[in-house]
Amino acid sequence: MIKNISNLGDAAAYCDFGSEVSEKINLNVINYFNILSKLVEEHKVKGINNITPSYNKLIISFDLSVTNYNKIKKILLNLNVNKNFTYNHKRIEIPICCDDEFGLDFDRLSNKTKLSKEEILELYLNKEYFCYMTGFIAGMPFLGDINKDVRCDRLETPRVKVPKGSVGITEQFTNIYTFESPGGWNIIGNTPVKVFDQLNFLEPALIKPGDNVSFYQISKEEYLNWNE
Amino acid sequence: MSNAYFEILRPGINTTIQDNGRNHMYHLGITVSGAIDQRNYKLSNKLVNNDLNKAVVEFAYQGPLLKLKNGKINFSITGDVLFKIIKKNSKIEDGVCYKNYILEDEDQIDIISTKNTAYGYLSVNGGFELEKVWNSYSTNTKANVGSNNGKKYSIEDKIFIKNSNLQISKEIKINYNDLSDNIIRVIKGTNFDYFSNEAQNIFFNKEFSVTKLADRMGIRLSGHNLENIINTNIKSEGLVRGTIQVPADGNPIIMLSDHGTIGGYPKIGVVISADLDRVGQLTPGSTINFKEVSLEEAQNIFKAYTDDTNKYLNECN
Repeated sequence: MIKNISNLGDAAAYCDFGSEVSEKINLNVINYFNILSKLVEEHKVKGINNITPSYNKLIISFDLSVTNYNKIKKILLNLNVNKNFTYNHKRIEIPICCDDEFGLDFDRLSNKTKLSKEEILELYLNKEYFCYMTGFIAGMPFLGDINKDVRCDRLETPRVKVPKGSVGITEQFTNIYTFESPGGWNIIGNTPVKVFDQLNFLEPALIKPGDNVSFYQISKEEYLNWNE
Repeated sequence: MSNAYFEILRPGINTTIQDNGRNHMYHLGITVSGAIDQRNYKLSNKLVNNDLNKAVVEFAYQGPLLKLKNGKINFSITGDVLFKIIKKNSKIEDGVCYKNYILEDEDQIDIISTKNTAYGYLSVNGGFELEKVWNSYSTNTKANVGSNNGKKYSIEDKIFIKNSNLQISKEIKINYNDLSDNIIRVIKGTNFDYFSNEAQNIFFNKEFSVTKLADRMGIRLSGHNLENIINTNIKSEGLVRGTIQVPADGNPIIMLSDHGTIGGYPKIGVVISADLDRVGQLTPGSTINFKEVSLEEAQNIFKAYTDDTNKYLNECN
């Protein structure tokens, strides 16, 4: 549940659900996000522009010419929240090619984790991940938690350009670069799948907060011939 | 639909289509976009008798050179902009901002540059012929979403115009006085207490400079390193326009319309809504001072900002 609500500037409300990162807290955030989104869709609240869920925060930005912080806070405090909600997790399997030309950081990872590339991949591929949030760039999923033995900090100097489709890991998280972008995550492979499709207007993002995602390895040949 | 269009003879540095932004998409990582200077965007529309939320051409620093084909239109340019109108008989007329013009077939608009600000706006009567993507015409070059396939304009591109028949004969001109100083008002951020007392004092009392790293995503400042005494990273969370983040190097970054939707740097403050237009218009090398205001003050200042905008809009009637 929300521990504290404060204002973020004059046109956003900041809901704090706690400081730890856990599936339980995150599902609470997603629950609030879904309830609020429905109110917005049904035009039951006015002036809300965006609702941004993250690991343990929910930010509601609004149009100051239509509403204000106190009105939004009141709506949040009076929300009818079902504490025993169930979330229908979608399961998504993502193919990745981990050949050296795609898995850019195995040397670094082996060095830090003292595991071979094969050992890292076995631990990584053998787990199903939870999608905490999407964002930063369009459709980028933040997934976790990866096995403790393969965790590693960000690169000391981030790359200026991480190739589109790259799969990265840092700390307990793993993600997919949906567009070419700057970034500091350790890159272990690349997926040929379109994780964000800007031409799919109804469902542009393949992975949504609350979904479950696992990865499986494909060969370079399969990668190059991938046809969605 | 008409056959009229602008042919782009020179694209300019960053010429895109913008409107009041694309909402309800932050949760997918799609940022709000929209005109950086919302007041000047609205004024450009009003000057040609458009609805205020029509999509316009936004340009930065050097603007485009445009040739009108197959039509006769009204247009207006707002901002602090140097431009010329090149008639088809080669006669050149100096352009004046905040005024509507008639442009004849084969005439050109040469938007040479913005002067002391970063962005300017070009509107045509009736608007442009564009496709809406997720409730907005704004070009988002990061996700390739919106008008012109989410890309900035290039040479030889065409911008189609909805209505090629001249509709307003009345000349409108307003006196726009942007009495802007270098004071940017902010509300303390959610991580204000991550910073040392000294850093908090510096933030509200010393001058910061706008670096060359300034674009539609954000503005990086320099001048004073703000010491973080708790943690230089937070668990990534949502951002909004105007958020001032401070990464490990201690130099603040102000988020603008194309900002990443989430970020992991502590938030020292948030620029108030009424000052977002001015912040967005800052150019590299200019200096600013932050001033703390309360939420209530910010709301009152926003009312004054809105009244001021309406005053200018009414002058166009």
